[in-house]
Amino acid sequence: MSSRRLVTLSVNGREHEFDVLVHRPLLEVLREDLGLTGAKECCAVGECGACTVLVDGLTVNSCLMLAVEADNRQITTIEGLTPGESLSPLQDSFLAHGAVQCGFCIPGMIVSAQFLLDSNPSPTASEINEGLAGNLCRCGGYKRMLRAVEAITEPEA
Amino acid sequence: MRAFDYARPSTLVEAFELLSAPDGGVKALAGGTDLLVGLRNGAIRPRAVVDLKHIRELAPVIRADKECMSIGANAVLAQLTASEGLRRDYPALVESAAVVGSVQIRHRATLAGNLCNASPAADTVPALLAYGADVVIRGPSGERRVSVDNFVLGPRETVLTAGEIVTTIVLPTPKPGTGAAFARLTRRRGVDLAILSVCCLVDPEGEVRFGLGAVGPRPFLVRDSAAAVVSSTAAEQFAALVAKASPITDVRASHDYRQAMITVLARRTLAAAIERSSWVSP
Ligand SMILES: Cc1cc2nc3c(=O)[nH]c(=O)nc-3n(C[C@@H](O)[C@@H](O)[C@H](O)COP(=O)(O)OP(=O)(O)OC[C@H]3O[C@@H](n4cnc5c(N)ncnc54)[C@H](O)[C@@H]3O)c2cc1C
Ligand code: FES
Ligand code: FES
Repeated sequence: MSSRRLVTLSVNGREHEFDVLVHRPLLEVLREDLGLTGAKECCAVGECGACTVLVDGLTVNSCLMLAVEADNRQITTIEGLTPGESLSPLQDSFLAHGAVQCGFCIPGMIVSAQFLLDSNPSPTASEINEGLAGNLCRCGGYKRMLRAVEAITEPEA
Repeated sequence: MRAFDYARPSTLVEAFELLSAPDGGVKALAGGTDLLVGLRNGAIRPRAVVDLKHIRELAPVIRADKECMSIGANAVLAQLTASEGLRRDYPALVESAAVVGSVQIRHRATLAGNLCNASPAADTVPALLAYGADVVIRGPSGERRVSVDNFVLGPRETVLTAGEIVTTIVLPTPKPGTGAAFARLTRRRGVDLAILSVCCLVDPEGEVRFGLGAVGPRPFLVRDSAAAVVSSTAAEQFAALVAKASPITDVRASHDYRQAMITVLARRTLAAAIERSSWVSP
């Protein structure tokens, strides 16, 4: 039992050691201690998906995970999905389709959409909707996002 | 979030000790999708949480054994929906797991947590009831096994006593020719709790079982061994089903609407279950 714990977080391929207060959410450590402000806090209770990151390759709500639970696991944030100075094909497609309005939900949306495409390269429209159901957009740009994802799905062989 | 202590035991014995604190101020942590929400909004204020995810005996395995399927306590709902064995033999359980929260939630939420949290609206519980699942519990004084029907006592209340942990959920192999289906009503498609959820199971001899969620203080089971719901007395049978429910009015729906929808979802899931079964109605 302890209120602090030494943890190793591997974030976007780099290892970081922290002596962390055990009640701190992963999202808070990513944003405040590592300066990775792509993942956002909005609802803080798992409903909006603005805080979505990958842990060991699976999407999770980082507001509902303690940093200690991510000890020794591989974390990928939106920053890690963005290649250097350019954008990923999915990010380009979001821009090309006018799917980005205020932009607040976009980091989480892209992480979820990339996870969907990596696990299912040819999703149907309903699979895309289902795959993104955990990401809310307060600007309501869902149709354009759907098209942006559809545009880079691989046609069924 | 309020501060608390954290422990990460690797064996059940260590966990029993940590969780047996007499003041009840220590909580088990699985996927945290209920617990973290409670910690954040102050609904629960434990002194410490005990992370169960590194305990060997709770390994997230879904295993077909002789005449049953065992699901380890740390198995998450995304594993259930991907499991070939479950999709083949327990499709209604898979259907119920697939509607919980979102992809992100299903990557973290465990089946055991959905059950232990004891929400009247827990979506997987009606299916666990219909399939006749048992809960294997271990604690400081040994192991016991109770049916899901006897496990949940009421809202947020289970038979678990201090230090006890659910290790496995065991589903008996359905008789060949069994069909089952799950359906729920929500206000919107994504990330919403059930207004009502129903799982119907029909076995090859025609026994019909309904598991109902969100229309009483706990999900409950109604058995109809004479298949009366598909006979000339069907209307009476559905009325009897409705009479067993005690739905409330809340932000999601009114008492009257819930009550009216029980028959609708019961009929739909019954038709789907019969379709999937080998039973031929007389
Ligand atoms: C945004 C959101 C949407 C949701 N949508 C739905 C939905 O549509 N349908 C639905 O049914 N649920 C829904 N839920 C709740 C659902 O995610 C949980 O019920 C989940 O299944 C709980 O599992 P967990 O592993 O996260 O449990 P935790 O939150 O870790 O634990 C839940 C409770 O069970 C206890 N516990 C956990 N494991 C054990 C064990 N092995 N032995 C003893 N006690 C244990 C904990 O101490 C705690 O009291 C939603 C939650 C969120 C945040
Ligand atoms: S901030 Fe995490 S889901 Fe909304
Ligand atoms: S673009 Fe504004 S919240 Fe989605």
